[in-house]
Amino acid sequence: MLQGWVIVLASFLYLGFLFAIAWYADHRADTGRSLISNPVVYALSLGVYCTTWTFYGSVGRAAASGIGFLPIYLGPTLLFALAGFILHKMIRVAKANRITSIADFVASRYGKSQLLGGLVTVIAVVGVIPYIALQLKAVSNSFAILSSYPEIIMPATAGAVPLFQDSALYVAMILAAFTILFGTRHLDATERHEGMVAAIAVESIVKLAAFLAVGIFVVWGIHEGVGDIFAQAAAVPEVARRLATADSPAAYGTWGTLIFLSLFASLLLPRQFQIAVVENVDAKHLSRAVWMFPLYLFLINLFVLPVALAGMLHFQGAGVDADTFVLTLPMAHQHEALALFVYIGGLSAATGMVIVETIALSTMVCNDLVMPALLRLPILGLAAREDLSGLLLEIRRWAIAVILGLGYLYFRVAGEAYALVSIGLISFAAVAQFAPVVIGGLFWKGGTRDGALAGLAVGFVLWAYTLLLPSFAKSGWLPDGFIAHGLFGIELLRPQHLFGLTGLDEITHCLVWSLLANLGAYIGVSLQRTPNVREARQATLFVGGAEAAGMSAWRGSAGVADLLPLASRFLGRERAEDAFFRHARERGLHSMEELPSDTRLVNFAETLLAGAIGSASSRAMVASVVTEEPLGIDEVMNILDEASQVRAYTRELEQKSLELRIATGELREANARLRELDRMKDDFISTVTHELRTPLTSIRAFSEMLHEDPKIDLAQRTRFLAIIVSETVRLSRLINQILDLAKLESGRAEWTVAAVDVGEVIREAADSLTVLFAEKRVMLDLDQCAAGLSVMADRDRLMQVMVNLLSNALKFVPEDSGCVKVGAGGTTDEVRVSVTDNGPGIHAADHEVIFDKFRQGSGTTDVLTDKPQGTGLGLPISRQIVEYFNGRLWVESTPGSGATFVFTLPRQAGDNSQTAHEDAAAGQGPKHNDN
Amino acid sequence: MIRTRLVAQRLAFLFLVGCFFFNYPLLSVFNRGGDFFGLPPLYAWLMGSWLALIVLMAQVVEGKKD
Amino acid sequence: MSHRILIVDDEPNIVISLEYLMKKEGFEIAVATDGEAALKLAAEFRPDLILLDVMMPKKSGFEVCESLRADPAQAGVKIIMLTAKGRETEVTKGLALGANTYITKPFSTKDLIAQIKSLLA
Repeated sequence: MLQGWVIVLASFLYLGFLFAIAWYADHRADTGRSLISNPVVYALSLGVYCTTWTFYGSVGRAAASGIGFLPIYLGPTLLFALAGFILHKMIRVAKANRITSIADFVASRYGKSQLLGGLVTVIAVVGVIPYIALQLKAVSNSFAILSSYPEIIMPATAGAVPLFQDSALYVAMILAAFTILFGTRHLDATERHEGMVAAIAVESIVKLAAFLAVGIFVVWGIHEGVGDIFAQAAAVPEVARRLATADSPAAYGTWGTLIFLSLFASLLLPRQFQIAVVENVDAKHLSRAVWMFPLYLFLINLFVLPVALAGMLHFQGAGVDADTFVLTLPMAHQHEALALFVYIGGLSAATGMVIVETIALSTMVCNDLVMPALLRLPILGLAAREDLSGLLLEIRRWAIAVILGLGYLYFRVAGEAYALVSIGLISFAAVAQFAPVVIGGLFWKGGTRDGALAGLAVGFVLWAYTLLLPSFAKSGWLPDGFIAHGLFGIELLRPQHLFGLTGLDEITHCLVWSLLANLGAYIGVSLQRTPNVREARQATLFVGGAEAAGMSAWRGSAGVADLLPLASRFLGRERAEDAFFRHARERGLHSMEELPSDTRLVNFAETLLAGAIGSASSRAMVASVVTEEPLGIDEVMNILDEASQVRAYTRELEQKSLELRIATGELREANARLRELDRMKDDFISTVTHELRTPLTSIRAFSEMLHEDPKIDLAQRTRFLAIIVSETVRLSRLINQILDLAKLESGRAEWTVAAVDVGEVIREAADSLTVLFAEKRVMLDLDQCAAGLSVMADRDRLMQVMVNLLSNALKFVPEDSGCVKVGAGGTTDEVRVSVTDNGPGIHAADHEVIFDKFRQGSGTTDVLTDKPQGTGLGLPISRQIVEYFNGRLWVESTPGSGATFVFTLPRQAGDNSQTAHEDAAAGQGPKHNDN
Repeated sequence: MIRTRLVAQRLAFLFLVGCFFFNYPLLSVFNRGGDFFGLPPLYAWLMGSWLALIVLMAQVVEGKKD
Repeated sequence: MSHRILIVDDEPNIVISLEYLMKKEGFEIAVATDGEAALKLAAEFRPDLILLDVMMPKKSGFEVCESLRADPAQAGVKIIMLTAKGRETEVTKGLALGANTYITKPFSTKDLIAQIKSLLA
């Protein structure tokens, strides 16, 4: 029954079934009831990792190297153990930035570089083409083998068949058509393909079921359980060798390398990135996939070794390729239906891989290679074209066709030289080149575009030289002389023993050199400079996670009027308007016309476009309509060196925050001082008021009494009037002193500076107080005054100081026994005058207080029983005067043994008097500030 | 998804455990003749520890929130 | 029986005027010139009313007022605070401490006498 047409019909029915599923899932997605928003679907769709390479190739590899097929599946298991750190972060970053492919991811991370996106695309396409070739080979081979049933005939080598009789060509064409139908029916802003994912999930179930069916058939249908197979295998020496791996360091090295390689491949292969990151509906689904995907891998590998051993036992020496055991074992036992099911399972594995891989690659080719180039060619006038959405789809369709064409070409050229597994590993090694820039980009902020370019370029070149070119050479497509003798005959350049490195298998050899050089160049070149503004911003976005997206990329703005037509050109009018309307709604607006022309809108448009044409192209397109704000001259200077801009900005921020802190401190201090001053002024006014009111109280009281009672006797009347007079004098003196002090403090006092004989001033002051001293019978001793002491000062002011000090002393000394001594002396620099009394003395705590306005020490010095006479302004005024001439006035005293007031004056009074003198000489009204 | 840092760290610990299970030198211990319930020891070890690792990973992510 | 009035002020001239005014009105007078003397005299002289200055050496009028009000023996004594500091806060403080009324210097002699009489009535 397995005629060719049956197989073809079954194939098309199966593909039709897949298409129906995809259509239904798309339909559901459009109506908002996603079929794939389910963690199990997500985990199953990840099964796209298992291609025909797994389906047919694992058994082949197991037949060749026993357990050696396993590392390819242990690696992804380990990757998912790291999901919380790597995959989860990638998904979050990708969603936040509308990343559409791994090329987009890398380009976006390093400052949205079109060049970098292009390079990643080239590497991915070149690297993955052998892998696609492998799928074509597997499908065409399985078709050929199955259609020759009941005989088991290995297909002829690919190159031997004329082109148009080669079933692989038709397979490639059919797959291309199918992929185009699947992946490019419409352009989606998010670049997600729900229908495709649903179909892939179903395919994962089909291929797993098919493989398990073969396994169960082989183990329990042909044999009597796994133990039986191993027992039989152990009996045949040739087969028994497969039961243990070679126990050598190199073998373990290869083993570890493969685990490591497959770990990266399951993350970085374009189709894996597409399914795991881009098509991910909800990051939460990852937690189910963490164990379900490894479990899937486990199940699909469960029977690999038993099937391989059984095949070897069964086909001993029959020349049957081990890669075909899965298919040929059921055929050999005449299980047609099972064989057909296995064929369908293999078809599933192949179509799943080809569809996702080519869609992912075509998106990359379109967004990161073709569009940037086309948009740069002014001759095409694309930048001005109205609707580009059709063009985008067209480019992708062609890209799919071209990629499959290249896959077929590789199959024709090199396909036969390698077993399935080896071809797959070539691709794995290629995409492993993305590991440094992707993983590094997620965790290290220092990576730059130049570093990424250098790392990728070096890694890619070394990969091509040590792995790709030898694969061409081995198939006879290139002269193989350079493999044996090195390029230009230089031994050290032998591609598979580069720089004399031997003892490694070709994959490990390639990885050692390419990844070492890649990583070294990436880090080394990155460290040549600090990241520029754009790189630094993207680094923050990627390394710091999506939440870190605080800084706006755009300094300029553009309105809906500019951005909507732009988006419409790439997305189509309807979709663009829909997206803008949703954005307006998110911002709480009723229509998109209300959207303000701000950076947020520009960022939205950029992200929206990034979904359709990639981040680098999107930035370029948006830049064309955004009116950047005019730059200030210092900004222009900064842009000349973007790195310095970042540094300057950082430093500026640091400095600003420092300045702000200092300013805040100063303000707080100034505020406190102001408040203190305010309080002091309040106190001062309150005190002045008190001092003024006290004499006024007496004056008013006596005046009223005299006024109201004319019959007061004369003695009483005279006494009252005397009090009124003395209080009036007191009041006048007080007012004068307050005004005097205010003048001194504000610096508006008038000074007449001349040479003054201090001794003379002391005598004059003493003379003016002789009566008062005599009244109180206090002795005044001037004997200690040296003669001829001269200073530059204002004579009247100096007199005022002397009178103040003497009357102050007089106030505090006891009547009759009181004694005041004045001393005066001098050095070459200054003159020193002291006034000593034998009064009660002053507490140390009051030594400064008494120089405050209205503070007479009376409130704080218990020794003073009586309220002292006077205004309390004498000492503060005296101090102001002495200090004006750069002298000092202080008191020395211990309570109970009198007090000595001392002041010093420099002989040549300082600047104040100097200028005062000059001004006076110039006759310009001697008014001065004394601060 | 990975609910807490703790879950992510437990998984990362399993990653290290896996690296140890699936590599030299532990592999060399099982890489010998003889059989283990009819299976070659290396094969039995790898499949067994792989499945155990998957079960542990499932427990970590699906286990009760804590 | 005439009322007793204690005059407490440290300004001699003000004391003289108050003494004269009170005697003229027929009150019995005692004088203290600082806070401590005031408290002592208040206990000995047992005045019906105290004219109490605020700004004094040793003990301020506020402190004197507070002590008097804390002493049950002095419960009935009337207190008139006299002060040259007319700020609102001080008026409030004096009244809060238990002064019956508060008169700002310079005062009208007629008003002062009227206040005293109404308090003693």
